[in-house]
Amino acid sequence: MLELIVISTLNGVLFGMLLFLMASGLTVIFSMLGVLNFAHASFYMLGAFFGFQISRWFGFWPALLIAPLLAGAIGAGVERFGLRRVHRNGHVAELLFTFGLAFVIEEIVQIIWGKSPVDFRIPPVLDFSAFTIFSTNYPAYKMFMLLVSIAIFAALLIVLKKTRIGLIVQAALTHPHMVGHLGHNVGRIFMLVFGVGTALAAVAGVIAGPALVTQANMAGLLGPILFVVVVVGGLGSLPGAFVASLLIGLVQTFAVSMNGSLSGAFGPLSPDYASTWLADIWSVTIAQIAPIMPYVLLVLILIFRPMGLLGTRET
Amino acid sequence: MSEITSSAAPPLPAPAEKLKFYGLWVGAAIALLLLPKIFSSGGSLTTFSLIGISIIFALSYNILLGQTGMLSFGHAVYYGLGGFLVIHAINIIGANKLPMPLPIVPLIGGLTGLLFAVLLGWVSTKRSGTAFAMISLGVAELIASSALILRTFFGGEAGISANRTKLLRVFDWNFGPQIQIYYLIAAWTVIAVIAMYALTRTPLGRMCNAVRDNPERVQFVGYDPHVVRYLAFCFSGFFAGIAGALAAINFEIANSAYLGAVQSGTVLFATYIGGVGFFIGPIVGAIFVTFLSLGLSDLTPVWQLYFGLIFIAVVVFAPGGITGLLMMHRPLLKAGTLPRVLPSYLIALVPTLAMIAGLALSIETIVHFTVSPGDDSHIKAFGVSFDAASPYIWAMAAILLIGGFLVARRTWTWVGHAWDHATSTAREKGIAA
Repeated sequence: MLELIVISTLNGVLFGMLLFLMASGLTVIFSMLGVLNFAHASFYMLGAFFGFQISRWFGFWPALLIAPLLAGAIGAGVERFGLRRVHRNGHVAELLFTFGLAFVIEEIVQIIWGKSPVDFRIPPVLDFSAFTIFSTNYPAYKMFMLLVSIAIFAALLIVLKKTRIGLIVQAALTHPHMVGHLGHNVGRIFMLVFGVGTALAAVAGVIAGPALVTQANMAGLLGPILFVVVVVGGLGSLPGAFVASLLIGLVQTFAVSMNGSLSGAFGPLSPDYASTWLADIWSVTIAQIAPIMPYVLLVLILIFRPMGLLGTRET
Repeated sequence: MSEITSSAAPPLPAPAEKLKFYGLWVGAAIALLLLPKIFSSGGSLTTFSLIGISIIFALSYNILLGQTGMLSFGHAVYYGLGGFLVIHAINIIGANKLPMPLPIVPLIGGLTGLLFAVLLGWVSTKRSGTAFAMISLGVAELIASSALILRTFFGGEAGISANRTKLLRVFDWNFGPQIQIYYLIAAWTVIAVIAMYALTRTPLGRMCNAVRDNPERVQFVGYDPHVVRYLAFCFSGFFAGIAGALAAINFEIANSAYLGAVQSGTVLFATYIGGVGFFIGPIVGAIFVTFLSLGLSDLTPVWQLYFGLIFIAVVVFAPGGITGLLMMHRPLLKAGTLPRVLPSYLIALVPTLAMIAGLALSIETIVHFTVSPGDDSHIKAFGVSFDAASPYIWAMAAILLIGGFLVARRTWTWVGHAWDHATSTAREKGIAA
């Protein structure tokens, strides 16, 4: 039991940090531009596929650097030439633009790399077990993922709180016009923030690619969970996104490792009901309902705290 | 005083306008009646049936997006649940020989959609804007994932099927042949379209518009925007359920794809491409997108990519959709200044088409080398055969794409000038543009 708790906590924190790598960019972009980037998970997928391709040509370490830069450049281009044009048509048009973009990116990835998963492997340097707890070997690559995400988290925190750039970004979050009046190029700040945000998502893609499955549907699978994170944390709240990321990471990992079901707890259902829908509910295990846990959490949060965990805005 | 009343309530329509209005509806009904006489092949009947379903679904979606300003990413939930319930209903009715003919079965789907909208809507519509969009997405994922867990009811991956011919017969129709299903769908389409049009003319429909435009002011007037959004959501769910029911009857099967994100995305595409600003917009969009998805899939293997690109182009360049674009020209037509714009359109059309052709050529060439690099390089796309390995083709694609883009950009500024000139003339004549 203790083994399960320790391993699940480690995995849960890891998944939560990965989620936060993406949710942080998404939250900052949302606060500044007022648009929720529906294609954010697509940049995560682009990161994974760029990482796969570049690591094939030059090795994993260059990929870890180049793939996010590439994805970030594409993201900045999307903001500069796409979103800025659509901005005058209103928020719905902006959201729909990113929705269409997510659709197109998925199609392009399918055309280039196919529908089946690609063979993106853990680099040999990191392919060993870091330590053994309770007879379980914990892979070093997972520790590496954890370290990278924590390092980026710390760097992000320092840049936002301690540097001049961070100060301007924070100011532009609440008072974009004032920042413009002070002589800063708000358009360029927006573009850079969008680029950095998408690059962060791509970093998550590169490091998660070898550990999870690199496939053309990975954006579609992760995207909705990402939006649950930002809504549960409170739209536009960075600390909220952090708490929600860890919460959902932990909830999902713990749920996956649990095998309990109603029939396990209360004994099997009487055979009279064996072919009714009650039997499904009775015999489903917690592990099987793990995929819907984030959405259940979303509905609960909406009923009891509509503005999100740490959110302040009603709309 | 008279000024206030005349601005508060529109004047009663003149008899001629009334005649035009009802004539339009009757004309549409007659057209639907005669359509299978003109195009009687099985394929076209299936297409018309799909279009009818798509029209109801898109219009129900526009109650949310166009009328109330709520962008939903999970509208297929109500469509799909309506479809599933109807399949179960047909099975139960058929097994127990209940006295219920097929034509009223879609009502069960509608009531199912309504029931779930009533249940899920109150939480979903608590917030509007981006939060609502994300919540609708989350709820949709919740339902779609649950459908895969509750296997007895939803049938897992395979879905559940039914036999629609085993029900009580009316007028000796067993609803086996597609033509009878076509008339069933056409009848329901007319009923649903009239009902949804009537809904936009009710006080509730007007309040929905007000909530879309200025929710704060609605609160000051004494209405709760949440309640208005909730009511709109319920109506929308009801009509989506009818559309899902008709789809289930048409295919005699319901599976998890009915509830999925693809279905929600398709209705969003259809509605937005058609135009959310006018009642007729989603109808145009449903027809356009159905034809497009059926036609493009024959012409090119990567039709979904083109589909996405068309959607992005509409969002960027024509946020009013197809109907928005057409309606923009109405004041010019009234003022008689439309001919001044048309020549510039024709000039702009040539480089724009060249650019699009270049883009399609590049995409098809790239697709050939990434998807099937070993195959014969002589490929056929959009009915045109060409050699994807030839450098001339590459050069032509590049020239068409880049040259077309550069020239098109210049010509569209001319269109802008001509447009400004024509609208200002129209305005001088006292026609609001």
